[in-house]
Parts: sequence; C-alpha cells; structure tokens
Amino acid sequence: MTAIEQDVLTTAANWLGAGRKVALGTVVETWGSSPRPAGSQIAIRDDGAFVGSVSGGCVEGAVIEDALNAMKDGKIRKLEFGVSDEQAWSVGLACGGRIEVFVEPLV
Amino acid sequence: MKRETLTALNAARSQGRAVVRAVDLATGDEKLIDPYADTSKLGIAAAQAARADQSANVEVDGRSWFLEVYNPPLDLVIIGAVHIAQPLSQMAALTGYGVRIIDPRTAFATPERFPGIALSHDWADEALAKAPLGPRSAIVLLTHDPKLDDPALIAALRSTCFYIGALGSKKTQAARQARMRAEGFGDNELARIRGPVGLDIGARSPAEIAVSILAEMTQILRGPKQ
Repeated sequence: MTAIEQDVLTTAANWLGAGRKVALGTVVETWGSSPRPAGSQIAIRDDGAFVGSVSGGCVEGAVIEDALNAMKDGKIRKLEFGVSDEQAWSVGLACGGRIEVFVEPLV
Repeated sequence: MKRETLTALNAARSQGRAVVRAVDLATGDEKLIDPYADTSKLGIAAAQAARADQSANVEVDGRSWFLEVYNPPLDLVIIGAVHIAQPLSQMAALTGYGVRIIDPRTAFATPERFPGIALSHDWADEALAKAPLGPRSAIVLLTHDPKLDDPALIAALRSTCFYIGALGSKKTQAARQARMRAEGFGDNELARIRGPVGLDIGARSPAEIAVSILAEMTQILRGPKQ
C-alpha cells in the first residue's frame, strides 16, 4: 500500500493516540450531482488540520468549523449543504447538488 | 464514534476483513457489524450494502441506520515485473488497490524497482492458487510470454475477477485466444479478455499505457456515467 494517499481513519487513530481531539464528518445523503458519494469521510483535529474530504473542497471549511464545536460540546450534528447562494455568504455546492454531512466527535 | 469502535474498525481493515458500521444519525448510537456473519435483519442489510460497495440509509424494525461500508481494498495482480508494471503499480496503489506483482524472474521483480509493492517469485498458477482472484480482483498480463502469461490467464478465466487485461497486438491476442480455445474456453469466456489492453487514448510511454489500463479497469468496475 502507498503512504501517499493518507488513510482517514488511520490518521484519526494516530491523532487520538497523540492525545489530540478528533471529530469525523461523513457524507450520509446525496441528492443530484455531488462530488463525493455517501460514506466519504473527513477527519478533523482540534487545531483544524484535516484529512479526507466530503465534497470537492466547497464545504470543508464549514464542516471543520462545526467539527471544532463538536469537539468542544461532545455533541453530534447533521449539516445540510445545497446549491451555493451567491447573494449571501453561505457555503454551498457549485455543482448544483445537495449533501448531508454527519459530524461526530471521537469520544 | 467511540475510540473502541475506531480501534476495532482499523483492526478489521488492516486484516483485510469487510466491516460495516451502523450509525443511528439521531442519537449517534453505533454498532460494528461483520456483514457476512451477522444474520440479524440489520446484518443482512449490511451484507447487501457491502456487496454493492455502497454506504446507505436503511430502516430496520422502525429504526433508521446509516450503514458505513468498509470493504477491503481492491486487488490488482500484475503478471510480469516489466517497465509498464512500475508506473501501473504505483498509480493503482494511489487508486485504492492492494497491488501484487508475480514474476518468477528474480532480476525483474526486485524491491528496488517496485518499492512498497508485494512481489512474488512463484509461477503464476502457484501464486494464484495460494491467494486466489475474487470479484474485487483485476489481473493484467504484461509479459508477452505464453509460458508466463497463460497459466495466469487460465486461472483468471476460471475466477470471478472483474477485469482481465492482456498486453499485446491484435495478432498476439488472436494467438492467445486460439491457445485458450484449445484449453476448452468458449466465446463468452474469451470475451472477458481485454486486449489490446487499456482504453485507446494513444498512449505511448509506459506511464501513459498504465493510465489507459487503469482507466479501463475503472470503467469496467464502475461503469460509464448514465
């Protein structure tokens, strides 16, 4: 196996082993055209470092923010992202799809 | 996710076992499932998701679960530790394949030429008897030498592997097909052999040929977009 593609869950375990806090984001539902299928994962460390992805980079910033909050309060979250709204500062998917991301702290 | 769950999940994955995590998205409750041993309703749903290689939402006895599928890596067997095998093994590893190279010629299959790749110096039929091809396996024959390629091809045609690629011109393919016919294989079986190997993208260098082979493997595995 290669070391170039970092494995999300192995990295998460390594971070936990080093005494860091970690949360996971998982795509649990997709509608229409979406860049990553259900089951795609991202692991986020308490300093904002991350490995993996839940989209083509469009919504990772928002997922990381919620993951940091999940590490603080220990609670799970469900986030839904739709088509980006250029009028507002909201994050969204330029591809026109919708995804739901489940965020959970590793406890 | 609980730490114990992550540890168990990673242990199963490192042993090459399929595992499914069922998560209740409302509460965060979770269960680790051995999809091919668990005969509960949830276990059967997990086996379906694992076979389809697709994480999915299911409802079992009025409770909703998200089934996260963790299948072992895809398997790529390369017959012949030749130049094309060098970029192909690296690119396939990046794509998520566990790669093994079989070549009894010890001067070809060396760790210096194939860093980090599993190498076997057995003859192909012996190597494939020890670690058989399955439905998540692809095999690519690169030696041009019937003495090395054919035993592997026979094993591949008798297996459920999803891709069989064989390097060589149309003339080489015709000769190969004739030899396989003599072995007793029919039209349907011979149609499984992809040769000349790879998508026709005008590939020239070994790395470009590797791209065309990997693209064809992906197309057979996933199917073109509808």
